[in-house]
Amino acid sequence: MGKSATTNDARALFQSLLSAYSATPTNLKIIDIYIVFAVVTAVIQVVYMAVVGSFPFNSFLSGVLSCVGTAVLAVSLRIQVNKENKEFKDLPPERAFADFVLCNLVLHLVIMNFLG
Amino acid sequence: MAAPETPPTSNLRYAFGNVLSIFILLLIGVLAFSIRLFSVIKYESVIHEFDPYFNYRVTQYLTKTGVYDFWNWFDDRTWYPLGRVIGGTVYPGLTLTAGSLWKILNSLNIPLSVETVCVFTAPIFSAFASWAAYLLTKEVKGVGAGLTAAALLAMVPSYISRSVAGSYDNEAVAIFALIFTFYLYVKTLNTGSLFYATINAMAYFYMVCSWGGYTFIINLIPMHVLLCIVTGRYSSRLYIAYAPLVVLGTLLASLVPVVGFNAVMTSEHFASFLVFIVIHVVALVYYIKGILTPQMFKVAVTIVVSVGLIICVAVLAVLIALVASSPTKGWSGRSLSLLDPTYASKYIPIIASVSEHQPPTWPSYFMDINVLAFLVPAGIIACFSPLSDASSFAVLYIVTSVYFSGVMVRLMLVLAPAACIISGIALSEAFDVLTRSIKYQFHDKTENPQLSAGDTSNNSKTDEVKMEKSEDSLKERSSRKNKKKAKDTEKASVISRIEQRLLVLPFEVSLIAIFLLVLLGAFYVVHSVWAAAEAYSAPSIVLTSHSHDGLHVFDDFREAYGWLRHNTEVDDKVASWWDYGYQTTAMANRTVIVDNNTWNNTHIATVGTAMSSPEKAAWEIFNSLDVKYVLVVFGGLVGYPSDDINKFLWMVRIGGGVFPHIKEPDYLRDGQYRIDSQATPTMLNCLMYKLSYHRFVETDGKGYDRVRHTEIGKKYFKLTHFEEVFTTHHWMVRIYKLKPPRNRIRGKTKKSKTKVSSKRSGAKKNPWH
Repeated sequence: MGKSATTNDARALFQSLLSAYSATPTNLKIIDIYIVFAVVTAVIQVVYMAVVGSFPFNSFLSGVLSCVGTAVLAVSLRIQVNKENKEFKDLPPERAFADFVLCNLVLHLVIMNFLG
Repeated sequence: MAAPETPPTSNLRYAFGNVLSIFILLLIGVLAFSIRLFSVIKYESVIHEFDPYFNYRVTQYLTKTGVYDFWNWFDDRTWYPLGRVIGGTVYPGLTLTAGSLWKILNSLNIPLSVETVCVFTAPIFSAFASWAAYLLTKEVKGVGAGLTAAALLAMVPSYISRSVAGSYDNEAVAIFALIFTFYLYVKTLNTGSLFYATINAMAYFYMVCSWGGYTFIINLIPMHVLLCIVTGRYSSRLYIAYAPLVVLGTLLASLVPVVGFNAVMTSEHFASFLVFIVIHVVALVYYIKGILTPQMFKVAVTIVVSVGLIICVAVLAVLIALVASSPTKGWSGRSLSLLDPTYASKYIPIIASVSEHQPPTWPSYFMDINVLAFLVPAGIIACFSPLSDASSFAVLYIVTSVYFSGVMVRLMLVLAPAACIISGIALSEAFDVLTRSIKYQFHDKTENPQLSAGDTSNNSKTDEVKMEKSEDSLKERSSRKNKKKAKDTEKASVISRIEQRLLVLPFEVSLIAIFLLVLLGAFYVVHSVWAAAEAYSAPSIVLTSHSHDGLHVFDDFREAYGWLRHNTEVDDKVASWWDYGYQTTAMANRTVIVDNNTWNNTHIATVGTAMSSPEKAAWEIFNSLDVKYVLVVFGGLVGYPSDDINKFLWMVRIGGGVFPHIKEPDYLRDGQYRIDSQATPTMLNCLMYKLSYHRFVETDGKGYDRVRHTEIGKKYFKLTHFEEVFTTHHWMVRIYKLKPPRNRIRGKTKKSKTKVSSKRSGAKKNPWH
């Protein structure tokens, strides 16, 4: 009895999550896809390291951290660009994007230096 | 604050205030710079102590050969025969900073020597550090508190002690980097701007380059994030302030060769990764909470908690197994000795032997931060009203730095900026209250002499009044905001209510209180200047003493190093206790066996064993290391207390820790190290005793040691395996040469000697025989 209730609840939860998410604006969805792509790339790299071994450890680190870094920065951009977020309502989205580009520049400069 | 009369006048006041603060900041910078110049005025522009000489030598190399050769430098003039990889074991921040400063000045045709730039780097960066403290406190409380904190930091004796002109050590730039990184973190937290997050990561990179104390930052910031999450202050600004810093910061930290992969593999960084995961979980929870209805959210919580808990336990078990497999649980020795203060004395005698690593005494708190010690509690209370993210950070900073300063005296330096910030807040709030009472009373007296508006709050505790006042000023502000469209009668009743709640001190009391606070500040200034001039400006390579016939200068160290430089071959090896290693390589330019880096305990124990062994055994040890000259420091003639005989107990302990044939009780009589007639025969025969007191009896006929206050035990003896080549003017440094081995060995051969020694108990064999 409890199990069917929980599965029903899970299904209802899943439906409500889907419907609530589809209500988000398109530009945010694009950023979300980018985040998912970055995280999947990081997971692929970790799996590859588990198979092949971690010999040039600095390359592995810089690869994984670049994926995680771009994901984090994209999340920050999404936070700043989200219209529903009261704290950032007087931040123009162009400024948010410029900050995002600058931070990515620094991140990738460091990555390329560390890649070895 | 009074309502603005007309816009132009308030703009003018605002502009005047800005100009005044910039002028004050400039003056504070000049003050910070000039208070550190006492050593240059009293002695000369020379590099102090031991560690700065190493940094100076590295900077010289950098300016001579350029960055690439410096980065890849393998130094073979130290830790003979092992050498030292300088590029991979040095924190390059300080040397790169001074090197680039020298390069810029020289390209502008200002021909300062490298030594001058090195000597004055610390005062310049202390001025920058005061400005960074102003910025940080401005983010926490406001401009007034910022200026007070900057003024306090410019003069705090604890910071002066490690940044006088000539103290060319890592902390000189690291404290500036620390405060600047904290400022940028708080700024990012307050504004939520990704731009400041980027600069924060770059400032953190500069801090990692400069000092091993960067682990304090990478543990304090996650602690603060955790505190904010737990107290319900999570916001998206917190995410932007923390998450990019972790990723960028870890990458940048791994770029520095000293840190390398330690940035992801040692326990010191695990806190940041843990909180990174936690903040992502919290962010996800808040996001889902935002898009779901409340009952759906409850369902989600129950499902996630049951599933997630199982996964969490599994991951935690794996992590604990990984960490527990390493003997120190992944922490380095130094960090462990911070967490468990008794660790070093039990396991790592070298860390325990450094005097800077001992716990401080109570007087040292009053010596080092003086008046701030009583202002800090008041400031902590002021931070709680109102509590913001930035002020909770300030409180966390002061609490953790007070704990760590209690473990090691050297970390009083990390306490100093925190104490200055908090006391700046306290002083500024106090002045705010007092001047507001005066202004109110004045305004009251000139306008309406009958208004008796509740002015009876003669609390002796200023902080209570402060809290009430700021609470009421908050209520006053909010009530003003809410009732902007109120009618006149309502406004009048509000005003009378405000006046009744506004606890104001009487006029005379406020005046006297302001006068007393200024007097407190004056005491602080007088103490700081005295500490800077008398206590912390000694270069310790030149000693002075005042006698009835004037000032006496003891320049023995440089005399000895100069003699070594000019009277020995370039490739000769010099053995001494590790304290003098850096100075010997920098000033005498000779290869040494051990130096202040103390990275190889066995090598140091070898030298310690040699110093504690009889002459023949010591000669054999030194001969096996290709040593030509032995240097000892002896203070018995002039009363210099930090000589090698006083350090001898550490030589025995460290040597005995690795070579068990050196047993400490052999040197002790009644639990004490003695060198007089009651000393043990092992002590009277050891190399250190012989090299220190050789021909000492010729000075005054009795051999009276001015440091130990006794006559020495064995007065007339000859050295068989060493010969004295140089003793400085005040007998402070004595240099001996190893005698070459004899051409023929008369009498017993070596074989019978080993038979005799093996006949005795087989245990505890001396590896050198």
